Amino acid sequence: MLKKANTTTRREAILKVFQGVGLLGLGGLVWSAFLNKAKASKLVLRPPAAIEETNFLAACIKCGSCVQACPYDTLTLAKPEEDVPIGTPYFIPRIIPCYMCVDVPCVPACPTGALDISKLIPEGKTELPENMDVNRSDMGLAVIDEKSCIAFWGIQCDACYRVCPLIGEAITLDFERNERTGKHAFLKPIVHPDVCTGCGKCEHACITEKASIFVLPREVAEGKSGNFYLKGWEDQDESLMQEEPKSDLKGKSSEKDYLDDWEDLIDE
Amino acid sequence: MNNYIYRHRFLWLRRLSQVGIILLFVGANVYQWNIIVGNLSSAHVLGLFYLSDPHAIIQMFLAGFLVGTDALVGGIIVLLLYGLIGGRAYCSWVCPMNIVTDTALWLRKKLNINEVQFRTPINRKIRYWVLLLGFILSFFSGVAAFEFVSPVSMLHRGIVFGIGFGQSALLVIFLFDLFVLKNGWCGHVCPIGAFYSTVGKFHFIKVQHTVENCTDCNNCFVVCPEPQVLKIIGKKSGAISNSECTNCGRCIEVCDDKALKFINKEKIIRR
Repeated sequence: MLKKANTTTRREAILKVFQGVGLLGLGGLVWSAFLNKAKASKLVLRPPAAIEETNFLAACIKCGSCVQACPYDTLTLAKPEEDVPIGTPYFIPRIIPCYMCVDVPCVPACPTGALDISKLIPEGKTELPENMDVNRSDMGLAVIDEKSCIAFWGIQCDACYRVCPLIGEAITLDFERNERTGKHAFLKPIVHPDVCTGCGKCEHACITEKASIFVLPREVAEGKSGNFYLKGWEDQDESLMQEEPKSDLKGKSSEKDYLDDWEDLIDE
Repeated sequence: MNNYIYRHRFLWLRRLSQVGIILLFVGANVYQWNIIVGNLSSAHVLGLFYLSDPHAIIQMFLAGFLVGTDALVGGIIVLLLYGLIGGRAYCSWVCPMNIVTDTALWLRKKLNINEVQFRTPINRKIRYWVLLLGFILSFFSGVAAFEFVSPVSMLHRGIVFGIGFGQSALLVIFLFDLFVLKNGWCGHVCPIGAFYSTVGKFHFIKVQHTVENCTDCNNCFVVCPEPQVLKIIGKKSGAISNSECTNCGRCIEVCDDKALKFINKEKIIRR
C-alpha cells in the first residue's frame, strides 16, 4: 500500500489528462478571443501594394522594413494601445499622407511578400522594382462629406484638387451655377474611384477643422450592387444576358412548376 | 575590480550582444546605418541577405501564408544557426526581454522574495503547451497567434522604432518575475524558449563539465535559470546536453573549481 503513493493510478492519469485539456482549452479561448478583437479593426490604411487585408494580417512579419524605407515617415508600426492590429504598418493621412514616391521604396523592402511588387507592375512589363508604377497603388478611397466641405457651400476652395498627385483624374472639379447668389459658381470636387489611389494628400491638405475629404479602406468606402443588375448599354454586360440563365428552381422541375407552387406562401 | 569583471565576463558579453544588436537596429532607423535593418522578426543584413524569425514564419505558414523567398531563406539560416550551433542562445544572448527578467531576478534576490516563493510546483513544460497552442491558434485564426500577443516583440519594436517601450507588457512580465514566480516568463511561459529548445536538440556549443574538478559546492545550481539541465553536475563528466540550457555561461562564472567550461581544452588535446 505504501508503494501506491509513488505510482500514478489510472484515475489520476485520466484526471490529469482532463485537467491538461481543460487548461489548454481555457487558454485557447481567452487567447483566440483576444486575437479576434485584435484583428477586427477595419479602418486601417496600409502601405502601397499591400495584399488584401485578411491575407496581409497573416503575411506581415512586423519587421518594420517598409517603415524604415519610407523617406517621409508616413508609415508607423501599430502600438499595443492603438486600435490597429499590433505591430503592423499603417498610416494616418491627416498626420502624414503617402507622398507617392516614384521608386516606391517601401514595397521592395518587404521580405515576406505582404507588400506585393506585382500589384504595381503595369500589364506586359516584367516584375522588377524599376517597373513599378506608384499610381497603380490602392491604399484606399477618398470620400467627401458634402455637408462640411465648404466648396459645396459655394465658397471657393480647391485645396484637395490642387494637391492631388493625379490632378484632373482622381479629383475633378464640377462647375455648377450657384442659384442662391445668381452670379457665382460652385466648384465642387468629385472623386473618381477608379483612379484614386488613397494616398491621402487631399485629406492632409483639407482646410476644414476636421477633414471633409478623407481616405477610407476601399471595402469600407465602397458599396456593392450585386450581380442582379446589368448595364444593358454596355457590350460586356449585354453578352451576359445571352448566357443560359442560372435560375434556382428550389427542387422544382421547371420554372412554371416553381411559380405555380404557392404552398410555401400560405404556410402560416 | 578586474576580478569583478572576470567573474561576470559572460554577463558583460551577453549585455554587449543584447544592447549591441538593439543599437544597430536603432542606428539603422535613426542614422540609416546599413548593418542590420529591420528588427528581430526580420532583418536585412548589410544589404545582402535577410535573417528572419523561424518561429514567426511557422506561425504565418499555419495561418495560411508562405512567406517570400527572402524571409524564408532568412528563417532557415536562423534555424540552422541556433539548431546546430547556438542551441537556445537566443534567450540569453539576443532577446531584449532577458535584460528585464534578469533585473527582476536581481531585485528579487535583493528583496529576499525568494524566501517566500510559494511552494506550488509550476511545471516548466507549460511553455511547450503555449508553443503548441500558438501554432493551433495560428491555424484557426489566420494570423500568427503568438506574434499578436508577444511581449518580447512589443518591447523590441518599442525600442527600435521609438513607439514607446510596450510599457504595459514589460511591466507585466517584470512584476510577474519579481513577485509571482522566479524565472517565471523565460523559464516557464515563453514559447520562444520552448521553440529553440525543441529545434536546438543537436546544437554544437555546450557547457562542458569535468567531474574530477567538481567540489559539489552547488553554486551553479543556485545561479542557473534552468537548473533541471544540470543533472550531470557532480556525477559524471560530459556536456550539458539538455537543450533547455540557454548557454548563458552563468554556471561557468560562478564555478571556482574549473569544473565547467564552454570549451574543454584537455578533452580536445587528448583526442
